[in-house]
Amino acid sequence: MKFKAMTAVVALAISAPLVFAGGADDDTLAIDGEEMISKTAAPAHMEETGIDTIISGWHFREDDTQSMQTDSFDNPGMIFVDQAMDMWSTVEGEAGESCASCHGDVSTFEGLTTKMPKVNEDGELVVMEDIINNCRTERMQADAWKWSGNDMQSMVALIGNQSLGMPMDVAIDGPAAEYWKQGKEMYYTRYGQLELSCANCHEQNYGNYIRADHLSQGQINGFPTYRLKQAKLISKHNRFRGCIRDTRAETFAEGSDEFRALELYVASRGNGLSVETPAVRQ
Amino acid sequence: MKLTGISAAVVLCATAAIANPIAPGEVQYDEYGAVAASLSGSEGDAANGAKIMVNRGKGNCVACHAVTALNEAPFHGEVGPSLDGVGSYRSEEELRGIVANAKKMFEGTVMPAFYKTSGSIRPGDGYTGKAAEEEDLMPILSAQEIEDVVAFLLTLQDS
Ligand code: HEC
Ligand code: HEC
Repeated sequence: MKFKAMTAVVALAISAPLVFAGGADDDTLAIDGEEMISKTAAPAHMEETGIDTIISGWHFREDDTQSMQTDSFDNPGMIFVDQAMDMWSTVEGEAGESCASCHGDVSTFEGLTTKMPKVNEDGELVVMEDIINNCRTERMQADAWKWSGNDMQSMVALIGNQSLGMPMDVAIDGPAAEYWKQGKEMYYTRYGQLELSCANCHEQNYGNYIRADHLSQGQINGFPTYRLKQAKLISKHNRFRGCIRDTRAETFAEGSDEFRALELYVASRGNGLSVETPAVRQ
Repeated sequence: MKLTGISAAVVLCATAAIANPIAPGEVQYDEYGAVAASLSGSEGDAANGAKIMVNRGKGNCVACHAVTALNEAPFHGEVGPSLDGVGSYRSEEELRGIVANAKKMFEGTVMPAFYKTSGSIRPGDGYTGKAAEEEDLMPILSAQEIEDVVAFLLTLQDS
């Protein structure tokens, strides 16, 4: 941050037209003292995009928002992780089971989030919410949770937090290939009356301001993220929905097959970045 | 006979008046993407154009462009070039074409078309996220609003 800002001031002094300091900052992200991989070489499949470094959304936020994420005690999203910890061992449903009665300690899920979304034995692309709801309805005989509801996103965050710092590593080949292709096509589709694609904003213009928003690469390694404005955890599909709605488009539903495919593709653009769940956003 | 002739002429005048705001699908762009005639048939109101440019639900042009003359409205973006002085190096016809449909001049540009109602993928009902019926899709700006914005852009002269 400091260095970039200084160069910007120098540039400002030299060139008359007002240029605002764009781009990612140069800070390093450590959470509870453990350094995160928040910038790294782009995965091979991104060669044609012109992006050679993938960057966590953390680098595009203001200092005060950033600092909340560096210490688990200061991170307001951790309250939801704690709540999910309580739910983890709570018996619910006809079967008389809890998550803990089948899985033991939640730490056994270390690394799982780095591989999500993935294709299951039936050849279907599944995301974390699917796995959780499948356990609830099939194994616990309890009600399914609402996709972007507090219960669901808190549990997604608790499981994600077990992989904190581990690099994302979703598979895009084999049975995942066709889903990945579908997601990629969506990423470059210019939706809505404004005719804007994900790539228009997050590939061509990351680092630039669009009105008051500092555009990031639209990475999902920090999701669910805690959004200060809404004071709750935001799901990946909720974010996708909002971004597409803002192009004056008919959006897709949370939990739709389209968003599963898009999630796989967007996750693959972050392969190599640390899981930061739950990240903090303004 | 005579009488019908007169009423026919009246009808003709009436349709001409209705056709006066040129419909989005009828706009004539030249080979460079410029548009010669006023879309509304009337002059633009620069003061209203300035309001449209900062209104988030209307042009929201400052989302992408910095405009010093509009500095009262906070947060100008940097996705597009600064529009300072654009009225000195762009003609009225060019500006009209750019605002109506910038893709005619800048192929593949991220700048949205503000006077176009067909050809988009999954058009929504405003910013609700719900589907729009293609037949009742309105352009983002009306013919007169385009003219107002163009009139304002022409006031942006090199100092
Ligand atoms: C009109 C511009 C625009 C388009 C188009 C757009 N977004 Fe965004 N997106 C934003 C803005 C603004 C933000 C908030 C700032 C940021 O994090 O980039 C954002 C944030 C995000 C985030 C959160 C990143 C973080 O670290 O918190 C994700 C993920 C995302 N977008 C994905 C997408 C996807 C996928 C698409 C296409 C389906 C898309 N966006 C289309 C403007 C856009
Ligand atoms: C989503 C971003 C975006 C929005 C919103 C937007 N523009 Fe643009 N505009 C651009 C970009 C990018 C360019 C550069 C053209 C290109 O792609 O090469 C541009 C170019 C222009 C130009 C040509 C400048 C020149 O140097 O010749 C004018 C004039 C202009 N815009 C006016 C407007 C007006 C007026 C509005 C609102 C009614 C608006 N723009 C909204 C992105 C945008």
